[in-house]
Amino acid sequence: MADRPVKQPKGYSVRTLPGFAVLALFTFFALYAPITILVAYSFNAGTSLAIWEGFSLRWYYQAAANEAVQDAAIRSLYLAFSAATIATIAATMAALATTRTRHFPGKTMIYALINQPLMVPEIVTAVALLIVFAAVKVWTGHTSMIYLIAAHTAFCVPFAYLPIRARLETMDTSLEAAAQDLYASPWMTFRRVTLPLMWPGIVAGLMLAFVISLDDVVITEFVKSAGQDTLPTYMLGQLRRVVTPEVNAISTVILVAGAILVTLFFRLTSRRG
Amino acid sequence: MSEMGATPYPPGELEREARAADTRRRWLLSLPALVIIIFAAAGPLLVMVVYSFLTPGDYGNVKWQFSLEGWTNTIVQRDIFDDTLIWADAHLSIFWRSLSLSLITTLLTLIFGVPTAWFIATQPPGKREFWLFLVTVPFWTNLLVRTIAIQELIRSEGVINLVLLKLGIIDAPLQMMFTDFAIGFGMTYVYLPLMVLPVYAAVDKLDFRLVEAAHDLYASRWTAFRRVILPLIKPGIIAGSILVFIPCLGAYVTPRVLGGGKNLMFGNLIELQFGQGRNWPLGAALSLMLMVAVMVALIWYVRVTSREQADGR
Amino acid sequence: MKKLAIAATALAFTATGALAQELNIYNWGNYTNPKLIEKFEAETGIKVTITDYDSNDTALAKVKAGGHGFDIVVPSASYVPIWVGEGLLAETRPDQMENFKNVDPVWVNVDWDPGRKYTVPWQWGTTGVVVNTKYYDGDIDTSAIFMDPPDELKGKINVVPEMGDVMGLAIMYYGGKPCTDDKELLKKVRDGLVAAKQHWLGMDYGNIEKFAKEDLWAGVNWNGSTFRMRLQNENIKYGYPKEGYVVWMDSVGVLKDAQNMDEAKAFQNFIMDPENAALISEFARYANGITGSEAFMPEDMKTAREIQIPAELKDKGVFIPTCAPETQALYTRIWTDLQK
Repeated sequence: MADRPVKQPKGYSVRTLPGFAVLALFTFFALYAPITILVAYSFNAGTSLAIWEGFSLRWYYQAAANEAVQDAAIRSLYLAFSAATIATIAATMAALATTRTRHFPGKTMIYALINQPLMVPEIVTAVALLIVFAAVKVWTGHTSMIYLIAAHTAFCVPFAYLPIRARLETMDTSLEAAAQDLYASPWMTFRRVTLPLMWPGIVAGLMLAFVISLDDVVITEFVKSAGQDTLPTYMLGQLRRVVTPEVNAISTVILVAGAILVTLFFRLTSRRG
Repeated sequence: MSEMGATPYPPGELEREARAADTRRRWLLSLPALVIIIFAAAGPLLVMVVYSFLTPGDYGNVKWQFSLEGWTNTIVQRDIFDDTLIWADAHLSIFWRSLSLSLITTLLTLIFGVPTAWFIATQPPGKREFWLFLVTVPFWTNLLVRTIAIQELIRSEGVINLVLLKLGIIDAPLQMMFTDFAIGFGMTYVYLPLMVLPVYAAVDKLDFRLVEAAHDLYASRWTAFRRVILPLIKPGIIAGSILVFIPCLGAYVTPRVLGGGKNLMFGNLIELQFGQGRNWPLGAALSLMLMVAVMVALIWYVRVTSREQADGR
Repeated sequence: MKKLAIAATALAFTATGALAQELNIYNWGNYTNPKLIEKFEAETGIKVTITDYDSNDTALAKVKAGGHGFDIVVPSASYVPIWVGEGLLAETRPDQMENFKNVDPVWVNVDWDPGRKYTVPWQWGTTGVVVNTKYYDGDIDTSAIFMDPPDELKGKINVVPEMGDVMGLAIMYYGGKPCTDDKELLKKVRDGLVAAKQHWLGMDYGNIEKFAKEDLWAGVNWNGSTFRMRLQNENIKYGYPKEGYVVWMDSVGVLKDAQNMDEAKAFQNFIMDPENAALISEFARYANGITGSEAFMPEDMKTAREIQIPAELKDKGVFIPTCAPETQALYTRIWTDLQK
């Protein structure tokens, strides 16, 4: 969509900016250097995260036998997936409502509210949620994961909202106007024109929300009930004592599984585009 | 920016009604997001507002006794030894440290993030989302595991030192672990996707004909970047900067683990009050102060940008 | 959304309406031997779920707020009186349980739970100093290692950011008693800590790797963690400051609002069995306070300096009591000043 055929003199592209490619490739390299170490040490025979003692799969066997760490990993993924999806849908709607419009009453307030979770250090939200949710838990006698999902969704919303909003703000409106001129219904216009145009922003928002939820420690620690440890809270407990490469093994598995899933997803969706 | 789909209404009553309907629709559309946030973030924070005006409980929590000390203690405190009134310089210097570190991190993510986003957005279509995904993959792993891996790079006998020694650039290992360098490195690493993704979303939609036009008018690449591209991708850059800067202010896991925790960050200071320090009202007041400061800056930003939009940019 | 909510409810663990016997333990992370739990489950048929916490204050705040679903908690000694005082622990009378005879008499009449009416010993240990003897071979049984470090160690010191422990060590270094509110002494403590800090590299947890690989050479640390360091690097040695070091114990208590009271009591009794107590120690490498458990412990723990306190230093260990709230507030201020 963004790629209108542009006539360019050979060898001269307006898309090239000096040094940008080098910086970008360096960034990718820097992003992956620690991950390479992490994956390598998941195959370490020794107990250490840092001293290489030969190749072994022992941490994979151990992780496979450790139900606690597996449950925590699955719970983390489930939580991140639920929260990121709900947050992205809500954020997309909110972004559509608050961009490309005159100043309507309450616009600033909506904007401030949506970004509010960004503005408070996690520990504060965590303590506040502990107090309020605990009261709700006592009152309803219900202690399921729904509280964690709600808490994660709330702080994921601004992370999903901002990229989508940024996308909408820079978006060309002429195509939508054209669609309406051709008597497309508003829903049709949205589905066939607006949504595809927004799509990169939505994907960016979803990914951000997912990653943010996956990393959260403090809020989860305070909101979780019995038997609701996630991988980060499990790790936090380990931090005080000792961290074993078992977690490296689990991380590698998640990494590879995620890579396969998302590659498949892109294969399927890019064909459509 | 033009008003999308704005149908010309006859002036007067009808227009006002249409506007009201439009406003209602927009509020309705924002409702799910607002409900979630009010229920699971903003609403519970009211508890903190109340708590900031109470007396600290003996062992954490609060006593239901009105007190302004939580708020006054953020700025001035009694000296613990001679009981004179002094500035709470610990709070101020910790705040300053967090602020400057957040600014540096934002700058670094800009330096590395914008070119990366540009690089991704100028890939052939279909491949872009894959590259984008590559940016987020490292973040599927646990934060602590990642931090430990970073430490492995910057240890005295770590990869970086080994390479530099081999190349003869340095004679003795550099002390990188537990330094401000490590914090900057780590925070930039952690927050980079928060910059790349929104900037990408903006660059991806860039109308390159405009850039071309600039070149046709003999603008150099740098001038074209500064005068044409930058203003066009500004919403993305601003979104990215907000996403990086604000969480940085309250962050503490990364700075603690990589910086060695010798100096507190604002997030740690607040956590201390809710934890071992057992002074919840002070913790609540400190965090509300932070929130108000950030909120004011953000609202100012919205006002400025919407005025820009109204001016037709 | 609705589907998700249903899925969430289905996936979630709810303590209510449970048919099988269950037990929910809320314990420090990475502190419970899976083998211990397997054995308990096999012997009793009770299904155990463990949830982690990372600080006494978090655990206290959470349980106090309610709606948590936990049955058992493992607070440190100085927190037990708070838990009891706030009415959070049930008086389960471990002293009348079958296995109570195994508890080492030293750990029966403890200040924080006289006569053991609420809690059962889990593990105990010490907070002292750690030194890599390759870089410094002087006297290590002193807090001077971090309060007035020898030149060889300067810039390579790490102090665990545990406020109570570090304040306790520093106060004893200047001849005071933990929880003192003597301002003159506290001023010395603060100035001493602030002056010493410039020689420290970090104040962080979880540094086993960094000590093993000699990125750090000395500091304040726990005995069990130092034990693990030494297993990776034999130059590392644990010191018991003669000015006074900190002794701590974590104890198992049952929550008043536990939903599985009988199961929780069964667990308290279970871990007072020497063989089971040995399993606790085998995992986290701390001593447990149950007589006869040594027989079941790994060989290397019987002679380790980290576990077996040298006779001449035995009486220098001090339990940190629960400090008065006003004193605690003073300490927080000093701690903030130290880290500003």
